[in-house]
Parts: sequence; structure tokens; C-alpha cells
Amino acid sequence: MRDVEQKMKERAAELLRSGEAARVVGWKKGEFYFDPSPATFETEEELGEFVYNGFCGSNLSKYLIAVSKKPGKTAIFLKPCDTYSFNELVKEHRVAREKVYVIGIECQGKLDIDKIRAKGVTGVMEAEEAGDKVEVTSLYGKTSIAREEILLEKCLCCKGKKHMVADETIILHEMPETKNNRFSGVEKLERMTPDERFAFWKAELSKCIRCNACRNVCPACSCVKCVFDNPASGIAAKANDTEFEEQMFHIIRAFHVAGRCTDCGECSRVCPQHIPLHLLNRKFIKDMDTLYGDFQAGETAEGKTPLTEYTEGDAEPGEAVKPEGQHA
Amino acid sequence: MQDVTTNAHTPNIVAFCCNWCSYAGADLAGSSRLSYPANVKIIRVPCSCRVNPMFVLKAFQRGADGVILCGCHPGDCHYVTGNYYTRRRMALLFSFLNYLGIEKERTRVEWVSAAEGARFSAVMNDFVKTVAALGENKRLTDLRCKEDPENA
Repeated sequence: MRDVEQKMKERAAELLRSGEAARVVGWKKGEFYFDPSPATFETEEELGEFVYNGFCGSNLSKYLIAVSKKPGKTAIFLKPCDTYSFNELVKEHRVAREKVYVIGIECQGKLDIDKIRAKGVTGVMEAEEAGDKVEVTSLYGKTSIAREEILLEKCLCCKGKKHMVADETIILHEMPETKNNRFSGVEKLERMTPDERFAFWKAELSKCIRCNACRNVCPACSCVKCVFDNPASGIAAKANDTEFEEQMFHIIRAFHVAGRCTDCGECSRVCPQHIPLHLLNRKFIKDMDTLYGDFQAGETAEGKTPLTEYTEGDAEPGEAVKPEGQHA
Repeated sequence: MQDVTTNAHTPNIVAFCCNWCSYAGADLAGSSRLSYPANVKIIRVPCSCRVNPMFVLKAFQRGADGVILCGCHPGDCHYVTGNYYTRRRMALLFSFLNYLGIEKERTRVEWVSAAEGARFSAVMNDFVKTVAALGENKRLTDLRCKEDPENA
């Protein structure tokens, strides 16, 4: 990945130097190797801090909403799955396509520091992909870990390594895909009884501290004025007296992005309480696929979503909820 | 809501009725002297697609035991397509609530035209019966919105 980083850095420098791009959106060094943070680079000097490594899991597309409004063109590095979110933002007129120069970059699947720590490896200094292994260098020596065991949840169900949109690409190695059934978690819950499901979600959602990280990171959740910021919404409290507020917040959050959610998995990745939020979004995706035909948000920057369209023969709401044990 | 005579729980039902069909259907039920339970609280909306999923949740928060949405039959919407969108939205919302473990019988969508007073009454009677059998809604309610039984 170091050669890719080098190439990206050179390309970013070229774009800034030639004036083709007024700024570049990428990642810069964090406090540690494993926490690079999204950043905007406007000069070549600033690029000294530029990084791209296995921990650059964040989806940068949402930053374009604000950054691309500035004068000049903005260049951005997008991984294959981030390009879906970019398409959605263009479709919703949140980002003007002509103001952005998209550089599609290589992605080997991004790593989850918590999964590495769970393996007893701490003080991570570097991680370099090598086939289906990852060579992790820590303060205490080197370890080789199977790649699939330390991938982020979202990368375990990779949407594919094809960029949906790109003005150019930087791909130096082969990109392996990890394809698992992304609905297996949803199906497991559907097989439970309503009581078990309620107990599961109550336990999960009551962990919520309403930090709003899931909302703020979501590229689909981009309203300037959010319903949850309205003090009269009844769910604007930071400290909750009952679990209702968490339920309400998470139901509405997932509903508001239904049909627009590309399943980028950022919500689960950023959750400090490790709530499996992707299970909420994927339920909507699964239902829409079953009821209205397969649909992948962000495949193109045009067209309608299942919730902005209808047919005369759609299923009635009563039929859509299958009796227990008969889920589609 | 407690029934003072029997002390049995009588469910609180919120019915969102569209202005053009179902609300008129409820009117017809009334002028035809057809009865439907008094614990059905009707909220008139311009179109069934005016109902935001948050309205449904908010009703549950404030102590509703069941929420029913009534609109024009598909194809008969006063605004041509409104109820088609409602149908998709509510299909997803109800399936989602069921996924979270909320009893699916507490939510329903029915199409009632302005000429269907009898149907309106039958639908409401049936829905109240179903919800009454489920008992009080405890899963999607906000304790702060409940009456304190000690101060009641």
C-alpha cells in the first residue's frame, strides 16, 4: 500500500501545482498509524502529512457537500464503495459533478483496529497487505494475520472493486473481494421470535449515547436542518429518561436514508458503542429488494429510488410483513 | 385508558384518515348510525401520504396502543398518486417495526372510500378488537408520557 500512497501523493501534488484542482481531499496522519483522519490539502507543503493505508476506512464523499462549494475544482480520492455515495450525492444535487475531480483508488479491504487488538496485538505501528495476509508491525514485533479476520464489518460484504464513477484511477495491485452474504445478520434476526428480537434491540439500542456520530458520518444523511435538531421533536435530548428516544431516533434515522443508503457501513464503523447499525439499514435494503426488485443505491447518478417510485400492483403493507418463520 | 366500570384496559387507537375518502367514510358511518368504538381517535390529514413515519411513532410514544392509516383506494387518490407512496412507505415501516419486535398487529393500513361507511365501522371494530387482545403497548411507549398510576 506504500507504493499506492506514494503515487497518490505525487498525483495530488501535480493537480495542485498545475492548478487543475484547488484542493485535494484525502487522509492525513493521525496521532497513531491506525487513525488517519480525513483532511483537505490546499498546498504541496501540506501534502507532507498525506497518508493512505489499511486504516483509511472512512468514506470521504460527504465532505464534498461543503468543500465543493468553494471556488475551483476539488479532487478527491474515493475507494470503490465510496463512489456509490458520491453518485447519490450528485443525484440529490448536494454536490455538482463538474466541480469534482474523482480519483478512484485501490482498496484491499480496510482494517478494523479493534479486531486487531482483540487478537492481542497492541501498539500497532504499521500494517501492510500481502495477499490474504496482513503483516502487522507493532511495538512488540511483527505478526501475520489472515486478512479476512481483521477486516471492517463493511468490507466483509464488499460491493465489488469497480469504481462506479472516476475521472482516473490509481490501481497498482490486484484487489481481492471478500464476498459474504450481507443479509445473514438480518436473516438471523428474522428467524427469532418478536420477543427475542425486541430483547436484542433493546439491549443494543440502550447502549446509544446519542452522540449522533452515525447521523453525522452518513453520506445519505445530509439535510442542512435535521429533524433531530428540532428541540420540539421530542428526541433532541442528550440524556434519555427512557429507551423510547433511542428507538425513535434509530428507526427514523434508518427510514430517512432508506432507498438512498448505499450500505457503505460508515454508521456501524463510527459507533463508539459498537451498535450494529448496519442491521437496521440492511433490513430496509432487504425488504426493498424483496418487495420492489433488486436495487443498489448509487450505482448511477440518475433514476428513482424505491421510495420515490411505485407500481399499481405493489404489496399491501399488511402482506409485506410475513407471518413468523416465513420471511422472504 | 382504564374502563371505570370493569377496570379492564381499553386500547387507545389513533386513526389517520385522509380528508377526501376515509374521513368522509367516517362521516358516513356516523350519519348512517353505524357504531365504531369511541376509543378510536381520528386525525384528519390531507392525504394518507402526509403521514410521516414519525407521526406513527409519536402516537405510540404518547400512549397509543394501535395506529391505523386510512386512505383512498389505490388509484382513487385525490392527488392521483399519494396513496401509492404511502403504501410503499408503510409496508417498509411496518415490516421494520416487526423486525424490532413491535407486534405487527398494532399497525395497519386500510383503504376506505367515502362511500364505505359500513366498511369504516367494520374496520375500526375489528382493529380495536385485535389491539385489545394484544393489551397495552409497552414496547414503543415513553414512560414520561404515561400517567402515573399513583397520582391518577
